[in-house]
Amino acid sequence: MGATALRDRAAVTGVGETAYTRETDKSQLELTLAASLAAIADAGLDPKDIDGVIPYAAGGVVAEDFITNFGLTGLRYSALTPMGGASPVAALQSAAMAVACGVARHVLVALGRGSIAGGRITRRLAEMPQMRTVGEFEMVQGCNAPAQFYAPMARRHMELYGTSIDQFAEVAMTCRRHAQLNERAMMRKPMTREDHHASRLIADPFRLFDCSLESAGAAAVVVSAADRAADLRQRPVWIGGVAEGHPDSPSAITQRPDMTRFGLARAAPIAFRMAGVTHADIDVAEIYDCFTWVVICQLEDMGFCAKGEGGAFVEGGRIGLGGELPINTHGGLLSEAHIAGMNHIVELVRQLRGACGERQVAGAEVGLVTGFGDLGDGAIAVMHR
Amino acid sequence: MDPSRLPDKPRPEPTALSAPYWDGLRAHRLLLQRCSRCGQVRHYPRPVCDACYAMEYDWVEASRVGRVHSWTVCHHAFDPAFKAELPYVLVTVDLDEGVRVQAPLRGAGDDALRLDRAVAIDFEDVDETLTLPCVRLAD
Repeated sequence: MGATALRDRAAVTGVGETAYTRETDKSQLELTLAASLAAIADAGLDPKDIDGVIPYAAGGVVAEDFITNFGLTGLRYSALTPMGGASPVAALQSAAMAVACGVARHVLVALGRGSIAGGRITRRLAEMPQMRTVGEFEMVQGCNAPAQFYAPMARRHMELYGTSIDQFAEVAMTCRRHAQLNERAMMRKPMTREDHHASRLIADPFRLFDCSLESAGAAAVVVSAADRAADLRQRPVWIGGVAEGHPDSPSAITQRPDMTRFGLARAAPIAFRMAGVTHADIDVAEIYDCFTWVVICQLEDMGFCAKGEGGAFVEGGRIGLGGELPINTHGGLLSEAHIAGMNHIVELVRQLRGACGERQVAGAEVGLVTGFGDLGDGAIAVMHR
Repeated sequence: MDPSRLPDKPRPEPTALSAPYWDGLRAHRLLLQRCSRCGQVRHYPRPVCDACYAMEYDWVEASRVGRVHSWTVCHHAFDPAFKAELPYVLVTVDLDEGVRVQAPLRGAGDDALRLDRAVAIDFEDVDETLTLPCVRLAD
């Protein structure tokens, strides 16, 4: 127990999503339910088989909505994992715990984002309790959005280690190239280094093309108990290791002793050990990419390279399809859509099913997905076929 | 853009815990919370000392000298209330007391900034009831 408590005790048995768009006339609830129905059908289950649900903590969808709309009578487990973009992967841990101990058999994890019109990001953020501290001390002087919260972390990393905007561009261009192989992706126009550098500054060192998209849409997965997973419609994708990790000073990056290290640095060794795999075993990695530099930092925090070497690591095609560690094969939040990383889980499952067509990583057997959220929270799942 | 046409900037809503900090700024004093038991200085204000778990604290006036820890130059006003100030530089400062302050840079541009460069915290009166910190280069 302990270090390997959740190894292969749960599998993702169904994935689903809606179209990803810039705007929508559908509500967050409608989108979430549509993606959920798609995931449940993909697993070969009936909605009434769902006995656990973890909705997205940021937004208005609650467990009651699933009971009401699907007529559930046997829901035994509901939870929230309020960690921003780390929520979906952290929810995999909670879902795996619920099915491993027999509280539930099939846990639905669903995330939708509705229209952004009239609800700009600063207003959404200010309402979140985990933003109370920055709300009082930092938003009042013009530090109002994630680009501005995270930019000082990236700037310090650049000053300490020589990380460059060319290296940021590598991440953006890699995601864009992958998106061109994904008909679901919102941004498929080719991007050159010059395009990246010419995009307008948002919060230096972040330019527009370092920033993820604003999207509407939803994605969902079904996490099933090991003894149920084998009989379902799809080949199960096993959760070998999973963990969430929280940084020091999680409510204020400004006060964090080392602002170039995320909560993921604490979670990754746990997940790798639990899964019993090493970095060399990872065939494909879907890495949370709200900003280009956040990918570079996570590669370091997971131990693919030493702190400060992430910039060099992403150079030379290493993170592209055909490279040593292909990342964000769907295009990521930077070029597919910002579905808060639930789309990263869906993509990893499809890669490990071998169902990604043109963008399939040949022979992918083991992969990982990360989440990064709020002011540095992290989560990681190491999965295998 | 005419600043009078922009929405109001957000204002801090001091709590019982943080009111002495904001009152201090009004008096042009940078006050930091200090654990009454072990003496550790902490910021932003919170109920418990994470070193010794004591809930008793007092306030100590900071020296207002520090060094650059990092910065960003804001070119986009996510909150439109800040549009008139673009571009503006926010500096994260390591205070000599061991905690940090984030505040806008005044009297210089970001090209003057380097890690560990000496800076000082100054005060800006927003109106009769609110004063915010700002950062100036030091020699």
